[in-house]
Amino acid sequence: MKRTLPILIVAVTTVLVVISWFQSGGTQRREMRSASTPEQAVRLMLSQVQSHNYDAAYDRLANRSDVDKTTFVREFEGSYGSLLTYASLESFDVSPLHATDSDANVRARLHYSTAVGPLDDTRDIKVEKTGDAWKVQWPVSQASKLPPQVIPVNYLRWDVINRGAGDEWGVQNVDSPQVRIVSMNAIQRPDSVVLVGEVVNEDSVPAYVNVGATLLGANGNELAQESSFDKISHVLLPKQVTPYRIDFPNMRLERVKNVRMDAKALLVAASADPVIEINQQKMETDALGKKVLSGDLLNESGEIVNIPHVIAAYYDSNGKVIWVSDGYVAQALLPQIPVPFAVDVPPDIAKNVQTYRVVVNHYDTNSRS
Amino acid sequence: MKTAITVIGVLFAAGVAWPAEIHAPAQTIAGSAITISTSGSGEATFYLIGPASAIKQKVQAGSDIPLDGDKLDNAGRYVAVLCASDGCTSTSFSVNPAAANKLGMLVHPSRVPIGKPNGISTVAFVFDNFHNLVLKPQPIKFSILPKDGKAVSTNRDSENGVAWVRISSGNKEGATKIGAEIGHADEVRVVQQIAAEACNLRIKAGREKNAFVVETDPVRDCAGNSVPDGTVVSFTKTDAAGKTTVDVPIKRGIAKVQMPIDGRARITVASGVVTGNELEVAGSQ
Repeated sequence: MKRTLPILIVAVTTVLVVISWFQSGGTQRREMRSASTPEQAVRLMLSQVQSHNYDAAYDRLANRSDVDKTTFVREFEGSYGSLLTYASLESFDVSPLHATDSDANVRARLHYSTAVGPLDDTRDIKVEKTGDAWKVQWPVSQASKLPPQVIPVNYLRWDVINRGAGDEWGVQNVDSPQVRIVSMNAIQRPDSVVLVGEVVNEDSVPAYVNVGATLLGANGNELAQESSFDKISHVLLPKQVTPYRIDFPNMRLERVKNVRMDAKALLVAASADPVIEINQQKMETDALGKKVLSGDLLNESGEIVNIPHVIAAYYDSNGKVIWVSDGYVAQALLPQIPVPFAVDVPPDIAKNVQTYRVVVNHYDTNSRS
Repeated sequence: MKTAITVIGVLFAAGVAWPAEIHAPAQTIAGSAITISTSGSGEATFYLIGPASAIKQKVQAGSDIPLDGDKLDNAGRYVAVLCASDGCTSTSFSVNPAAANKLGMLVHPSRVPIGKPNGISTVAFVFDNFHNLVLKPQPIKFSILPKDGKAVSTNRDSENGVAWVRISSGNKEGATKIGAEIGHADEVRVVQQIAAEACNLRIKAGREKNAFVVETDPVRDCAGNSVPDGTVVSFTKTDAAGKTTVDVPIKRGIAKVQMPIDGRARITVASGVVTGNELEVAGSQ
């Protein structure tokens, strides 16, 4: 009895360690240590990235002399307060594209878990055979660097003075901004009803806007109530237009008799800076065969934009909004450095798209607005 | 003699049993001290019930009850009650507002398009120092203080504590102060007079140093007023490389943007729901 308990504890601990080793992918890592195939080389590198073992992951690169380790780590960890700094690599899929005896191309789909939801990144990675093992040829970063300089920024900023606790009765706050829903279109999707449209700030002051909708049934009863959440650019400067999208999951359009729209606007302090240019927008098919709207974002101001958020409205030949899609960009926008983006368009919608319009929303850690 | 003593005794007893009485001035001014007189004798309880407060205190019936001004701040009808051992008696009096010395002011809207007749509503409420609405007519001076113009004023008498005036917005955009004044009290509100929608929005293209620049003519409404700085103007360029859009706020009356041009390009402009002219340009332009 005296010895039984320690032996039992040791045995249980051993079993638990073995189980956790299997669950954490220990077998997979053990198998891949040799990297006898191109996919294994990429899997090994990414699993080491996943466990934040960047030294080991960097050692798996064939072109370490061309790739700076700090730059390599930033590719996964993010920088300048970008979305990847609030993310972790949750999983990845690896599939072969092309292989010879000496080199191969492998496609890796990285699935990040971020502060704003899942983020997918697809990379085509070159792998080459060095001796008996396969090693990853990591693409050398072509991003241009901004030389030290002064960028004068003198755009407007609006501040709001609200009534104070000591003010007399009758000292009312400044009126809320006037905003208007300029279009609304209800669409039946396979699993949901979606409302898309645009809203404009008609006022001469900035507005924080949110659009809500209530679906009403045949008897005027409420079927569902939702808001645009992050499928809208919330802060609108005077005369600025933003698309919005409101999703009603598990709803059928036949049940809806009427829709009650509600655009709420609050007066907020805001800055006209930064101005973000959206260049080279085009509809294309990406490497995975999906229809996307892609382009480049160019931050024209001197302030870093930490998390850009692209929202695109698509119009048919009658100028009606037929879809709104959005996507967060993993990289921060440094001044004057273009950053690519791509947002998905459903294939059945894409064939009816005549034109489109993109706006960029942004979240900044040092935001003054 | 015995009978006389009995009568005196009965009279004395009757005198002791007389109910206590309470007397107050018929009316007074808010914040002024008064004295309430009582009759009777013995210990009693005094109650004062006002429109916004009530007090209770032990008093000696037959003595005067002083009431400080701070117990009579609120205008309205007060009831004073004296309860002695033989029952309660009461009286009522009015407290009227003191001299007008404060203004409450409502101005709507806080932003108004220029040149709008009777577009600004200004309402002033007249109060005394204790926030009582002064119902007697009082002369109020309303003033308009434009940013770069001469002040204009008008007088109105209040009716039942309220005076109002409707003001047409000016012809020049910018902040305007609207004030109301009575005695030593004055209140000021700020109304922003704003230009209407952009009208005849036009763009032109040119080169600045080595960059291709597109800029608007000074953006004005149909009455010729400058649209406020910060208003967003959307530029859209379509060329061989795809489409470029950029939302630019107006600065010093114009919106300006640098755009790379690849071959022939078409540039359009819009502000809100207003669209402007189109430009066809070439990269070498």
